[in-house]
Amino acid sequence: MATLQSLDIKRRSATTQTPPTVRTTTEVAKLIDVSKCIGCKACQAACYEWNDLHEDIGINVGVYDNPHDLTDKTWTLMRFTEFDNSGNLEWLIRKDGCMHCEDPGCLKACPAPGAIVQYSNGIVDFISENCVGCGYCVKGCPFNIPRISKADNKAYKCTLCSDRISVGQAPACAKACPTQAIYFGTKEEMKVHAEGRIEDLKERGYKNAGLYDPAGVGGTHVMYVLHHADQPQLYSGLPKEPKISPLVQFWKGGFKDIALFGFGLTALLGFFHYVAKGPNEVARKDEEAAKRYSGDQA
Amino acid sequence: MSDEDRGNNILARYTAGARINHWANAIILILLAISGLALFHPGLFFLTDLFGGGQETRAIHPWFGVAVIFTFAGLFIRFVRYNFWNSDDTRWMRHVGDVVNNHEERIPEVGRYNAGQKLVFWGMTLCILALFFSGLILWDTYFFQYTTIDQKRLAAVIHALGASGIIIILIIHVYAAIWVRGTVRAMTRGSVTGGWAWRHHRKWLKEEAAKPSNDD
Repeated sequence: MATLQSLDIKRRSATTQTPPTVRTTTEVAKLIDVSKCIGCKACQAACYEWNDLHEDIGINVGVYDNPHDLTDKTWTLMRFTEFDNSGNLEWLIRKDGCMHCEDPGCLKACPAPGAIVQYSNGIVDFISENCVGCGYCVKGCPFNIPRISKADNKAYKCTLCSDRISVGQAPACAKACPTQAIYFGTKEEMKVHAEGRIEDLKERGYKNAGLYDPAGVGGTHVMYVLHHADQPQLYSGLPKEPKISPLVQFWKGGFKDIALFGFGLTALLGFFHYVAKGPNEVARKDEEAAKRYSGDQA
Repeated sequence: MSDEDRGNNILARYTAGARINHWANAIILILLAISGLALFHPGLFFLTDLFGGGQETRAIHPWFGVAVIFTFAGLFIRFVRYNFWNSDDTRWMRHVGDVVNNHEERIPEVGRYNAGQKLVFWGMTLCILALFFSGLILWDTYFFQYTTIDQKRLAAVIHALGASGIIIILIIHVYAAIWVRGTVRAMTRGSVTGGWAWRHHRKWLKEEAAKPSNDD
């Protein structure tokens, strides 16, 4: 894997220039096999460790999720669900975090040039120095992932360890996982690996086992192997058919260009109206009439 | 040459208070529009430099919005009583072609404001209300936890539509003031000539003339 640098940027938020295309890097992906996860939170600890993040001490409300939600300092979170599968209790544990969408809603919504980039290997990264803290990425994301820091008004989320990957290392979470529930490699390799796992799960009776690589966002660079791929919502509300909201598509699509065109057109119509029709001026006779009228009244 | 030298009648149209209120509103609304446009279209992001940068623009834009609510409320309270729609306005609307073609003589007499001005008034009011409430929903610094993400998305769309609407109304408002000569002085000096009132707001002139005069 080549070092990620500006020439590897495939997409850049709020930018209309063509990105560099002289080289492409292989698309990478993280594959999270939910069926192998034991909920040890080593991935979460590794994420804090590698990224040097320290979550605040929280409050125990009687659930395993700790902290209770993703935060500006918690970029990955184990979410625990107890699922009653016709009398059989299943403990569905999903490592939540940025999915690194091929069509990232955050990037589409971002108004700050270069605050969100997508590398040609598929990683979606926040470039903090360009972030303005507007929270549009939160509205753009179909997975409810980015969090705005109250301390510095910047958005944070999983980087897929872009700093590690750029020097040929696997993400910290994948490295730390004791059951190898997290794999990392090229997207193609991960799909092939998932097939084997899904076959295995099907043999064990999970007839709806499958790969979560949602097409609505162009596929993702973090994929899940799910025992119940027909019901991803079971896994702490993983969306069944995620896509960028039509509201965001409208707001961040052609509308902003149409609006600017409309402003320009209105101003031009005014200008040409003036050129064609001229000013509407008060004539001498209007002043005289006004005086006559006032005189009559007085 | 002053109007007195020309022998024109002069009518008071806006008090000093109304003028200050109008221009305070105008200045803040323009700052609001510039800071908003900076975050609306990538091509206008450079406008954030006027406010000290992207973070600063993002932080100050909603406060301009709060300020506009107060300045616009002042204007609304001052002028709402003159802006209720009546049958003159419906008649005026049928002559809109004569209006844009400068055929003032074919248009029925109007009072203090014509239908076009009233539409600007109500259009601005509607847009500002929509922008204010959708803006609160988008103001994550203070109000993030009160709405769902889907509600915020809808608010973003309403905010963009409202902003586009008010900017177009603003352009029309400014152009009309330039096009109809003798209008700008109403807001800069507070007065208009008798001829201006006779030509554009004859009913208003007659109402004013019927009032008991103080100065002569």
